[in-house]
Amino acid sequence: MSEFNGEIKKMMIILSKATLENVYAAFVLANGARMEGIQAEIFFTFFGLEALHKKKLEHLHVATVGNPAMHMPTMLGGLPGMEALATSMMKKEMEKIDMPDIHEFLDILVASGVKLWACRLAMDMFHYKKEDMYEGLSDIITVGDFYKQGTGLGTHMLFV
Amino acid sequence: MEKMIAGKNVAVNEEGYLTDFSQWDKTVGEEIAKENDVTLTPRHWEVISYLQGEHKNQTALSIRKIGKSNVVDIKEFYELFPNGPLKISTKIAGIPKPVSCL
Repeated sequence: MSEFNGEIKKMMIILSKATLENVYAAFVLANGARMEGIQAEIFFTFFGLEALHKKKLEHLHVATVGNPAMHMPTMLGGLPGMEALATSMMKKEMEKIDMPDIHEFLDILVASGVKLWACRLAMDMFHYKKEDMYEGLSDIITVGDFYKQGTGLGTHMLFV
Repeated sequence: MEKMIAGKNVAVNEEGYLTDFSQWDKTVGEEIAKENDVTLTPRHWEVISYLQGEHKNQTALSIRKIGKSNVVDIKEFYELFPNGPLKISTKIAGIPKPVSCL
């Protein structure tokens, strides 16, 4: 520890949700790691897989129900069109701060050397095939494989 | 604070970024590159002079913007400066560290 000084060498991020705010959080954290010279890998599992699914990744939404930060009564959040409204408002704000859309962000992550892994179990559960997924996907792997990827001093794991 | 770089006293901040670009020259850039384990090639210099130009135009730098610059793509940018392209290239270029997270 003394020699190594607790420095972060690698971020292993597990993305389990496909709401826009969670996907962006995972992507910004992975990209931010690479910008600091830290390695980064993302394991997409359960609903997180939607952020890699070619037909779904363009249609992710902000969660308006069960999200206290929306400052909106839960019942209102459940009204038809509410998620779409909140999503388009958030997308507008993100454009202002030069935030790429999901597809472009995936391209940036791959170009930056971030590894993108799909969870084998969740792929089977949702009946997704490799060809359904974003072409920059590194591979479909098991949880055990993902842990192996994280071997070494200075690896941190993060569940989103 | 001041730091001796390439035989010159230059003003730097606590992270080692030059605070006065007029004190920058190629030898200063070369020495900062060496400290950061970067061996400068003509490609590095092209990117560095592009960054300096953007800084002069007061453009906020980000990985995304540089990727769209037609000067260098993101993949090559990382190959040129593997330990943190934006923060190391700007340090060598003698311009402030960008505050962007993107």
